This record gives sequence, C-alpha cells and structure tokens, in this order.
Amino acid sequence: MNWDFIWEYLPLYKDAALLTVKIGWLGIAIAIVIGFLCAIALYFKVPVLRRIVSVYIEISRNTPLLIQLFFIYYALPKIGIPTNPEACGVAGLAFLGGSYMAEAFRSGLEAIEPIQMESALSLGLEKSQALRHVIMPQAVSISVPAFVANVIFLLKETSVFSAVSLMDLMFTAKDLIGLYYKTTESLLMLVVFYLIILLPVSILGSVLERRLRHAGFGS
Amino acid sequence: MAEELLKIEHLTKRFDDNTVLDDISFTVHKGEVIVVVGPSGCGKSTMLRCINALEPIQGGKITINGDEIVYGSKNLSSLRQRIGMVFQSYDLFPHLNVLDNILLAPTKAQKRKKDEVTKEAMELLKRVGLEDKAKSYPRQLSGGQKQRVAIVRALCMHPEMMLFDEVTAALDPEMVREVLDVMLGLAKRGMTMIIVTHEMQFAKAIADRVLFLENGKIIEDADPDTFFENPKTERAKQFLNIFSFERSKENEEI
Repeated sequence: MNWDFIWEYLPLYKDAALLTVKIGWLGIAIAIVIGFLCAIALYFKVPVLRRIVSVYIEISRNTPLLIQLFFIYYALPKIGIPTNPEACGVAGLAFLGGSYMAEAFRSGLEAIEPIQMESALSLGLEKSQALRHVIMPQAVSISVPAFVANVIFLLKETSVFSAVSLMDLMFTAKDLIGLYYKTTESLLMLVVFYLIILLPVSILGSVLERRLRHAGFGS
Repeated sequence: MAEELLKIEHLTKRFDDNTVLDDISFTVHKGEVIVVVGPSGCGKSTMLRCINALEPIQGGKITINGDEIVYGSKNLSSLRQRIGMVFQSYDLFPHLNVLDNILLAPTKAQKRKKDEVTKEAMELLKRVGLEDKAKSYPRQLSGGQKQRVAIVRALCMHPEMMLFDEVTAALDPEMVREVLDVMLGLAKRGMTMIIVTHEMQFAKAIADRVLFLENGKIIEDADPDTFFENPKTERAKQFLNIFSFERSKENEEI
C-alpha cells in the first residue's frame, strides 16, 4: 500500500466527492419535487396527467440510469437541446429518482385511510387545506423509510456519471488506475469517499425514522 | 313548529345499479333531534354522508336554511362548516394533539384567532370532562375519550346542526354511556341533530322523532313513543323485537 500516493491524490478525490455531492443533492432535490407532484397526480387520479405519470414511472424505473444518461447526453443535442455533463448528471438523477420518490410518497398517501380526508372535509376544510394539514404530514412520516432508502440508492447511482465524462469519484478512480496502475489505492479511496458521503445520510435516516415513529404521534 | 333547518326532497342515491336511497324526503326543524334506525345496509350512514356531500347523489335536493348542498360545488366547504359530523371510527388526526385537532378547522377554515378558539375549545373540553387531555395525542386516549374529542372538534365550528353516524358502535359498553351523555347534553341545549344509532334505549330517550329506514326508504316517521310502543308496520315490529330478549326456559334446547 503506497500511502504517499494516497496522500498526494487525496485533494483530487475531495474535489470529485464535492462534485458528486453537489450533483447528487441537486438531482435528488429535483427528484423529490417531481416525485411529490407525480404522487399527488396519482392520489387524486387527475385525468390524463395520471396516465402520463404512470408511463413516466414505468420508463424511469425499468431502464438503467446509464442508458438514461446516454439518452440525455447524446440524443438531446441531436434535437437541438444542448447538454453538458453536469446538467446531464442532474437531469438523469432527477429522471430516475422522480419515479422512486413518487412511489414512496404514493405509498405513504395510500396508507392514510380515506376517512381522514372525509373527516377533514366534513369539518369544512378545503381539499387543499385537508391535504396540507391532515394528509401530507401523516403520509410524509410514513414514507420516510422508503424516502431515505431512495436517497441512499440515488447517491450510489451517481457512480455511473463518469460515463458522460463527469469528473466524479468513479471517474477519478478510473483515471488514476489508468495513469499509474495503482489499483488498490485508487479503489480504497473510492470506497472510503463513498462511505464518507453515504454513512452520515444513513445514520441521519435511522435517527429520523426512529424519531418519527416514536415522537411523531405522541408519547 | 320551529323553523325549517334542513330539507331533504326526493333524495335518491345509487351505487351503479344498486339503489341505496330511494326517493327520501323529510324536514328537520331547528332544535329537533331525529334518530334514524333500521337494519344494517338500509342506507342510514349513506344518507348522512349525502347530507354532508361526501357522496354524489343521483336525484333530489338537500338544502340547509334554503342553501342547496351540491356535491362538488365551490361553496361546499362553507356549507359543511354549518353541519358538524361525527363518524363511527372517531377519525381524529393522529399526528395532532387533542387541542390541535380541535383548533385546525376553526383557525384554517374559518380564520378565527387562535387564542379565542383555544379558550372555547378548553371550555368545551371541560364540559365533556377532558380538559386535562388537551395535550394528549389521540392514540393515548380511550375510544370513548376520542369520540368525545371528535364531538368537541365538530362543535367548535359552531355548526347549525350535527350528524352522528353510529358514534358508539365501535365502543366498549362502559364507554358508550359517556358519549351518549354528551349527546343528551347537546340535545338539552337545543342542538339540532340527526343521529344514526343502534342504541334503542338511547334513541327512546333522546329522540323527538324516529325515522325507520329499510331498503333505502323511510317506512316509518313517528314520535318515539308511537314508534317504540306501537309501530305501524310489521317490519318495524320485527326489527324492534330483535332488541328485546325473553328469558329462555331452563330446559329449552339451544
């Protein structure tokens, strides 16, 4: 094990990790918004929109991220939409994550008994108020475990970004292996940096789950 | 007779080909307590749900003080504020404590001041003996307590009338009483109510008028004495017999 090598290229990994995190979180944030809107369209059975959402979810969940990235990166410019690696990474992650988030939120919404909505309506609340104050808070806390799992899954998926020449962690590791044949060191750093990114998310997620389960609805 | 409050004219409700309510008409006057009884599946609960426009109807007209209640109409939420409804399964909001359950609709739907509503809510909670539960969460309460909170939650909206949909059906016998007492108290204060129930003794005690529903039709509409002692139809007699037991003879085989 060549520790000097590791020390020397640490900054390179740090930059790559920051890029991975930046693109990862941006993509996930957009995925959450997409997922949220899709889940509401499905929950309220909005005509037409609900069909479009279902088709999107099936396409998004049943194709690999790599293929989605290639599609965005190579096909979009052909129809006149310019792309760059970063935007492509964000868009790819949002496209993939949107459907997973939609399913997470939807299962949360569907776990709420319809009578909760009815009892809110019968009190004279508007549908939107009932959704916001009664249904959503419950649905969100129910979907937290699935939500956390999705965030972790999506952050791991960022490892295919190198395919569209985004200088993320994977790209950096492959680059160093190619240049110096220091496979062990490069891969070790790759694993360590992914753990640095993902472990806090995982721990935070468990804490959140426990708090919502026990503290959320009393006691 | 007091003024008319709720008027139901030729109400018809169908689920596909199945007619649940068949040309129902009756009028509820201010301060009147109407008890609706009838076998399961006769459409009692559906009728209450139609009055609150939780179900679309296929015919007829429902008006409260002259304002028509139409499923899906724009002013529905303000009309619903005038009708309090309590369900069999309490349906408190589990993520909110008792006080917040009560405050939600008055502050959000009626835009009333939180202080003012809190004061009123606490008074109402006191009236039903639950002032010390204001900060508890629904899952920490017994069924009877939950149901009393649900009643307070509806009352805090200052409804012109209340609908009770088998509110004691899911409760242990001991808890039934505490909920029924709250309803008797409301009746004394002159609240207009439609009560769907299987508690015949209670119905006898609280009702000004009894409606007997079967197969989506009102087949008897009478004062409680007449209905319970001297029902007009054979069907009502049969129905009431279910609730009276005769001591079985010791040697009788089961």
